Amino acid sequence: MFRQLFRKHEFFIGLILIVISLTIGLINPRFFSLANVFSLLRSATIMGIFSMGVLIVLISGGIDVSFTGIAIFSMYTTVSLLVARDFQGSILLPFIISGLLGLILGLINGVIIGVFKLPTLIVTLGTLSLYRGAMLFFVGSNYYNQAELPVAIKEFARASVFTVETSSGKTGLHPTFFILAFLGFIVWYVLKYTMLGRSFYAMGGDRESAERAGFNILRTQLIIYGFAGLLSGIGGMIVGALFRQANPFSIVGTELDIIAATVLGGASIAGGRGSVIGTLLGVVLITIAKNSLVLLGIPSEWQRVIVGFFILLGTAIPMVQSLVVQRRLAMQRDEIPVTS
Amino acid sequence: MSHIENTETHNQSLISRLQSFIKNGNGNIVRLLTAVIVIFTLLSMARPETFLTIRNMQSMAFQASEIGILTIAIMVTMLSGGIDLAIVSTASLSGIIAGMILTSMVPPESSTGTVALGLVLAILAALIIGVVCGAFSGYLVAVWEMPAILATLGTSLLYKGLGTAITGGVTVFGITESQFIGNGEVLGIPFPLILLLIVSIITGIILSRTRFGINLYMLGTNPTAARFSGIDNRRVLIYSYIISGVLSAIAGIIILGRTNAMNVDFGASYVLLAILIAVLGDVDPYGGSGNVIGVLLALVAMQFLSTGFNMLLYKSSGANFFKEFAWGALLIIVLIVNHFSDKRSTMRIS
Repeated sequence: MFRQLFRKHEFFIGLILIVISLTIGLINPRFFSLANVFSLLRSATIMGIFSMGVLIVLISGGIDVSFTGIAIFSMYTTVSLLVARDFQGSILLPFIISGLLGLILGLINGVIIGVFKLPTLIVTLGTLSLYRGAMLFFVGSNYYNQAELPVAIKEFARASVFTVETSSGKTGLHPTFFILAFLGFIVWYVLKYTMLGRSFYAMGGDRESAERAGFNILRTQLIIYGFAGLLSGIGGMIVGALFRQANPFSIVGTELDIIAATVLGGASIAGGRGSVIGTLLGVVLITIAKNSLVLLGIPSEWQRVIVGFFILLGTAIPMVQSLVVQRRLAMQRDEIPVTS
Repeated sequence: MSHIENTETHNQSLISRLQSFIKNGNGNIVRLLTAVIVIFTLLSMARPETFLTIRNMQSMAFQASEIGILTIAIMVTMLSGGIDLAIVSTASLSGIIAGMILTSMVPPESSTGTVALGLVLAILAALIIGVVCGAFSGYLVAVWEMPAILATLGTSLLYKGLGTAITGGVTVFGITESQFIGNGEVLGIPFPLILLLIVSIITGIILSRTRFGINLYMLGTNPTAARFSGIDNRRVLIYSYIISGVLSAIAGIIILGRTNAMNVDFGASYVLLAILIAVLGDVDPYGGSGNVIGVLLALVAMQFLSTGFNMLLYKSSGANFFKEFAWGALLIIVLIVNHFSDKRSTMRIS
């Protein structure tokens, strides 16, 4: 039982998370205050939604660095459109437009990668620059502040599920948390119980074998990058709404943190590995590393060192585990008595 | 009569020589050279008064040199089938250390001896940082067998983070004397360009004339075959990342000299540019093929294009935004074109 647990990547990440949380909480009890927990969840929700797309891409053996470009393109273009038409409707429409734009851009990634069989990192580096450049040059580069945003978005930003009174004002859990929970459940279900999920793992494990086993690689890649694009579009809109501004220079630049969180959670581009639970734990860990280490007295300049260290840690743990397994196998082999 | 025949046969032999040159895998060089000449001619015709000046040529050379060295750095790791995403972080960390040594060791109005000693120490320290950064990335890729993308993403954040932590996030400055490395001229030739040429020649010789170079190409083409033919893959990999680190450090020193300031966030877009130029120069991202001449030609083509965009879009403020869009589009187009030309060459072989 314990040995099985020990082999789980999520177990290590959970352990690190608990140790770090308890340490921070003991040194600075403010860490466990509801206000702090809610604000951490708010940051983690945004990262978490993007990370679901990154997770699927990593499982399939690729890497996508363009999702922040898709997010900012979708959000900013949607807001520009709505502001130009003096939009007064509900919050659903902005999310639908932004999501659709994201889906289209994601499918463009998928077509380039799938049809021409090109390396995913280089393609998505290219499309990141392409999408953001196209937005800044053709759509616009002006900043929309809170007053200019459509009413529905402003109202959405204020929405709250549980409200708590604190000394510094009201705080609460934002409903976007449930969007993440819903998305997380869907991704978990697809990965665990559907043939589509199997095809993601199969592709990441060995593309050639997956193809020979009858998986349609092109179709799978279109679904993967399209879905990642859709999530980026929705995630971008959430960022715009929660920060109550449409800043065309935001979001891009945070992709490494989100990839770090997903890798830390056990996803690897090398071996068709990764899970929703691990990824979400990784997201919370990176969020705490970015927001709460200051509470421990660690200067904020060290943040990047720690995030970089976490990426390497996330990649190293599976390597160490496989080394341990190999050694154990070698020992078992030696124990088998030679009969002849 | 016989005279005419002679010229004809002479012409034919030139054409056939060109054909065999192209057949020997040099098609991309001819293609790139054509692109460079076409872009040059177009820009010379469109804006002769600004483009065809010595001043403009010099300023292009200054801009292209540091990115050229970074591209050669990333190329060496791409030849092995990997990639070094930490080039810019390594460059800025080296530049920061060099700048800190210079400002602390050489106070204003020091004697020539102190200045010289300070410069030597600063450059040495920067190069050592380059070796260490490269060796660490290479160690993770070779010995721990981490995917190069993830390992160097991690190390790039780590080095950038160290730079932030050391400086506290503020900009580090150089000294007046160090500016020669980035801004100086020898007989009208920008000093960074001379460094780029030296780096290119040395790297070219290492790649094509040494055992390490041949092994690197073999490793990139087929790691299993390389191992079975007795190549120490791990050592070759680590060396390739060390070369990449050292070249990045040289670029870092040039940037420090040119801008006389170094900041961790400097040149964030350089990784994309370096990959774009490498791919444009026909370096195979899957490893095993690519050379310095291709990269240099691609660099010249890109620099002409960049200057061209600046000249044509000088009225609007969007030149940089348009370039961001164009570089992305260009990278994708080149990848797709190469995909088809590779297909053709493999079909020709079979």
